Amino acid sequence: MPLLHIDNLHVSVDGKNILKGVNLSIERGEVHAIMGPNGSGKSTLAYMLAGKSGYKATKGSVLFDGQDILTLLPEERARMGMFLSFQHPVEIPGVRLDQFMRAGFNSLRKHRGEPELDPLKFDRLLKKNVELVGLQQAMTKRFVNMNFSGGEKKKSELLQMSIMEPRLSILDEPDSGLDVDALRDVANCIKKLHTLENAVLLVTHYQRILNYVVPDQVHILVDGRVVRTGSKDLAHDIEANGYEQYEQAHT
Amino acid sequence: MTTTNKDLKAAANQEYKYGWTTNVETETSEKGLNEDTVRWISAKKNEPKFLLDWRLKAFSYWKKLVSENKTPKWANVEFPEIDYQNLYYYSAPKSKKQLDSLDQVDPEILAAYEKLGIPLHEQKQLAGVAVDAIFDSVSIATTFRKELSKHGIIFCSFSEAVQDHPELIKKYLGSIVPYTDNFFAALNAAVFSDGSFCFIPKGVRCPLELTTYFRINAAETGQFERTLIVAEDDSYVSYLEGCSAPMRDENQLHAAVVELVALENAEIKYSTIQNWYPGDANGKGGIYNFVTKRGACRGNNSKISWTQVETGSAITWKYPSVMLIGDGSVGEFYSVALTKGYQQADTGTKMIHLGRNTRSKIVSKGISAGHGQNTYRGLVRVMPKAYKARNFTQCDSLLIGDKCGAHTAPYVEVRNNTAHLEHEAYTSKVDEEALFYCNQRGISNEDAQSLIINGFCKEVFQKLPFEFAVEANRLIELNLEGTVG
Repeated sequence: MPLLHIDNLHVSVDGKNILKGVNLSIERGEVHAIMGPNGSGKSTLAYMLAGKSGYKATKGSVLFDGQDILTLLPEERARMGMFLSFQHPVEIPGVRLDQFMRAGFNSLRKHRGEPELDPLKFDRLLKKNVELVGLQQAMTKRFVNMNFSGGEKKKSELLQMSIMEPRLSILDEPDSGLDVDALRDVANCIKKLHTLENAVLLVTHYQRILNYVVPDQVHILVDGRVVRTGSKDLAHDIEANGYEQYEQAHT
Repeated sequence: MTTTNKDLKAAANQEYKYGWTTNVETETSEKGLNEDTVRWISAKKNEPKFLLDWRLKAFSYWKKLVSENKTPKWANVEFPEIDYQNLYYYSAPKSKKQLDSLDQVDPEILAAYEKLGIPLHEQKQLAGVAVDAIFDSVSIATTFRKELSKHGIIFCSFSEAVQDHPELIKKYLGSIVPYTDNFFAALNAAVFSDGSFCFIPKGVRCPLELTTYFRINAAETGQFERTLIVAEDDSYVSYLEGCSAPMRDENQLHAAVVELVALENAEIKYSTIQNWYPGDANGKGGIYNFVTKRGACRGNNSKISWTQVETGSAITWKYPSVMLIGDGSVGEFYSVALTKGYQQADTGTKMIHLGRNTRSKIVSKGISAGHGQNTYRGLVRVMPKAYKARNFTQCDSLLIGDKCGAHTAPYVEVRNNTAHLEHEAYTSKVDEEALFYCNQRGISNEDAQSLIINGFCKEVFQKLPFEFAVEANRLIELNLEGTVG
């Protein structure tokens, strides 16, 4: 049984059809990349999977670990082991990043029937993960995403991913707005967090990051449909020739 | 439909826990306000002539303002004209004789305070907190007085202070907020009925938290109390006031005056948890909370700190201020003001820098939900002799939903070019985006809201005495239950 199985998924937002029949299957241990031009529905797919309100499935199904998740709340999906790294994470003034992560982490523990971690124990856990993603512990004492640089925001999302230990990580443009060095850091970090037990669905506009995080499959999304699925070479083809060929072929 | 209007109303009001009334026999002044009302109140309290004279001067000044139609209209709040002749100005539970001990207090009233979570029997009280309980127009009881008097501290009702310490009252009454200050200060000076008085003598650090709990019970009655706190050289006191009122369909007026005096090296920490009845979900009823609060840092290196948590009242109109007269004196204002339903708040502070090296800090947090309107209005004024004055102002807003509003009106007047002023502000939202972000990390809507709101208020709550910080947190959460998700 695949970890994630999407079958003929149609999604509308504000009455507008955005996804028009997406099929996708991801196994444990795999990395899949979704590429596509602006407005093709990449972020819609990410939000849809995470359960954002207003994203309505009008047709099709999504099975996560064999379970239909379309009626579940976003927090229920998160507790099942689904993680979404946001392209534009939200600022929360007055709430420290470590408090925020502990609240999420403990909600998972509670769900699994495990005792919650107190701040001291959580701090120790945090220390290891902070080093792993290449951040400073002091950073976690700052308010969530307040005055974070672009790179810090991306890394903070990955830090949260490392703490939550999800089975499926949906990374919505983890490379956007990063310079070459920061991109390499973020990519290495994703590689470290990816294991044989979990899967990564990487949503990106550019091929660059896929030089570091090598995908098992690349899907090209155009106008709400997967128009082509292939190996990592497909990404190189996009880099060289752009999306136009697919857009034209499609319309 | 079997649900009656009454049921619906009760459901809409379920958040307000303090909306019940107590049945007590009362002694009430005649309805309306004229010179005789003022004389009647003064006589009732057996006041010395200087006080009656002062009241009468205040009354004639207020009458003049009314005749010139000078009711204040500048605040960002809306309400129908108040008919001052359609109010009772004095209402007190009847008592046959002077009360010597709590045993003589009407058990109904003791039960009322018990229900409010403020037991007046000392053995049942929070350790380290002395309470003055004010019921409508009069003080019912003040606890721990013996303990306090050992240190030379006076903590009693204003009426008792007038009898026992007239020289102190004469010296300080109206010295910070004169009756000419504003419309409501004039009205208060004419008809105030009771309040609290604290006097901390030189060199004494008050060992207890001093608390006044104000309860409005009677209908169609205004509550006009005065609080006066004097901290002599090198003394310290932490004082807290709490308040609540029954749910009634008509609006009730609360126009208090608070005066603080801090002498050399003295520190006064004044905290308020204001939870007057806010009106029902449709904006009917609720308290008009029109209050003048001001402190004077008269001595060098003195400090006055206001902390307020404003959750109640249909309308809140108050600007706790500090006059920084002594060199090196410090003024602080920490505020959380919450408006939901149809509540309106226009609140902030004034920091008037007069002395050298004076410093002030303003942290204002406005939370708006439902149709609530929240305005921060603040003035920082640096006078010519206030060399090297410093101010830091932060005024933040949190919006819950899309029908509420937040407004800021910071005024700055600087007449000395060595002054250093900083201003920061942000607006954040508890909206779908923020909630979804939290949800995605496994946090439910309810927990997410409380996380965001606690974070937003934390800097202010940390300034409250510990027991009350917990209370304030609970109060905010209770008030915002059901506004999201």
